[in-house]
Amino acid sequence: MRRNQVAVVGAAETTELGVIPNMSQIQLHADAALNAIADAGLKLSDIDGIATAVETPQQIAHYLGITPTWVDGTSVGGCSFMLHVRHAAAAIEAGLCKTVLITHAESGKSMIGKLPRSTPADSLNGQFEAPYGVYGPPSMFPIPVLRFMKTHGITHEQLAMVAVVQREWAAKNPRATMKDPITVADVLNSRMIAYPFRLLQCCLVTDGGGALILTSADRAKDFPRKPVYILGTGESVETPMVSQMQTFDSSRAFKVAGPLAFKEAGIAHKDVDHLMIYDAFAHLPLYGLGDLGFMPHEETGKFIADGNTRPGGKLPLNTNGGGLSYMHSGMYGMYALQESVRQMRGIAPAQVPNAKISVCHGVGGMFAASGTIIFTNEK
Amino acid sequence: MAEPARAKPKPTPETQHFWDGAKAGELRLQRCDACANVYFPPRPFCPSCASRKVSVFKASGKGKLYSYVINHRPAAPGFTPPYAIAVVELDEGPRMMSNIIDCPQTPEALELDMKLEVAFQQLDDKITLPVFRPAKG
Repeated sequence: MRRNQVAVVGAAETTELGVIPNMSQIQLHADAALNAIADAGLKLSDIDGIATAVETPQQIAHYLGITPTWVDGTSVGGCSFMLHVRHAAAAIEAGLCKTVLITHAESGKSMIGKLPRSTPADSLNGQFEAPYGVYGPPSMFPIPVLRFMKTHGITHEQLAMVAVVQREWAAKNPRATMKDPITVADVLNSRMIAYPFRLLQCCLVTDGGGALILTSADRAKDFPRKPVYILGTGESVETPMVSQMQTFDSSRAFKVAGPLAFKEAGIAHKDVDHLMIYDAFAHLPLYGLGDLGFMPHEETGKFIADGNTRPGGKLPLNTNGGGLSYMHSGMYGMYALQESVRQMRGIAPAQVPNAKISVCHGVGGMFAASGTIIFTNEK
Repeated sequence: MAEPARAKPKPTPETQHFWDGAKAGELRLQRCDACANVYFPPRPFCPSCASRKVSVFKASGKGKLYSYVINHRPAAPGFTPPYAIAVVELDEGPRMMSNIIDCPQTPEALELDMKLEVAFQQLDDKITLPVFRPAKG
C-alpha cells in the first residue's frame, strides 16, 4: 500500500467509558459512531463504507441507517480494528468507497445486549484446550509467559513494572478508570489470578466503544480536524489455540504484522515518537517491543523497568494508561488507535511533545492475530 | 439449579482416532508419510507439506513441561483452584495443553523442562483425557 494516501478524519470514543448501565452494546456502537461523525463534520449519509467486529456490519449499518457499498466484518479479536484500518485504506485507494466508518463497542462490564461467547465442544479449542480448565482470557493469555521469562531472563519485578509505569500515564488521563499510583510491591501483593499474573497485571473489564472515519488524503484537508495519515500497515494470524503457537519466546503474528508495517512506512525504529502495544496482560508490551524489532527480547524487561517508557522517557508507551489502567471492554484495539490519533492530533491528555510518528500494535485472541498501524501527522 | 458441567471434548470424524486411543490408554499422534512431519492436533493431511498420506501412531507418552499457569480465579466448572494448566512438549515434537497430576500445583513443584509422562483420566464412558505426571526415575 502507498504511504499517506488515506487519513483518519474523524475519531471518538463513547461519551462515557467505564460502567455504562444505561446503554446496550449496539447503542454504544451508535454513540461512538455519532461522536466520530460529528468530530469529522459529516452526515450519516456521507458514510459509504462500514467495518466492525463481533457485531456484524449489517447490524451496525441498519441501526445507524447507513447504506454502504463496502463492508468488512473481519473479526479476529481485539486487533480487528487495526485490520479494518488496513483494509479500509486499501479499499479507499482502490476506489471501492470514499468514507469509511469503523466502529467498536462492547458492554463488557454491564453485559447488556452482548453476544454470548462460547466454545463448541467439537471445535479444536473445545476438544484440546477447554477440557483442561481454561476459563476466559486470564487462564489462557498468560500461559506462554513463564517460558518467555525463562528464555529471555525476564523477572517478576520487571513484569510488575509494566503495570506501575502504565498507571503513571493513567494518572494524567481524566478518563482513565484507574488513576491512583501503584508500586511494584502493590502489584506483587495483589490478588493472584493465574500464576504468575496477579490482578494488577490483568486488564480491566469495562463498557465503552470507539469509532474512526477514514477518507482519502486528498479530501482529508477539507475536514475540520488535522488529518492523521496512514503511513504503514501490517496484519497476520497464527492460531486460535494458545498451546499451538510456534514458540512462546515470541509471537509469530506480531513478527509478521509489525515488520510489514515498518517496511511499508519506510521508517526506522528511532523515528518512532509514540508507541501503543495492546496490553491485555502485562507481558504483551515485552513481546511487542521484541517482536516489532525495537530491541532483543532479553532487553525488554529492563527497558521498561528502567523507565524508558514512562512519562518523560525516550519511548512513550501506552500513554492512555493502556488496557491495564485506562479501559478494556474486551476488544481494546480501538482505544489504542484512538490514543494514537489523539497523539498525532496533538490533543492527548498526556501529550508527547512534537510527536510525528505513532506506531499502534494490536493483538487478537491469545496471540491468535495481530495488526499494526503506523500513523503520521506530516504528509 | 445444577452446577455447570465440566467441559468435555466431542470428537469429530478427523479426531475420533485420538479419543479412541486415549480410551485405550494410548496417546496417538500423526506422522506424514511423505515428509515425516509429526503433528498435532489431528487432521487427515500434513500441515507442513499438504500430503493426504498420513499415519496414526502410538506416541511415547514422554515429554517435558514447556509452560503453564496456575489458575486461581475464575475456575472452570469441575476444577478446584488452584490448578495448573500446562503445555507439554512431547518427545516427538508437538505440544499439547494438559493438566499435571500427582504433583503439587505450586511454582516450586512445577519446574519448567521437568520430565513428564502421560496418564489417562476417564471423564465418562466415552471420553478419557490424556494428562501428564512427573516422570518416574
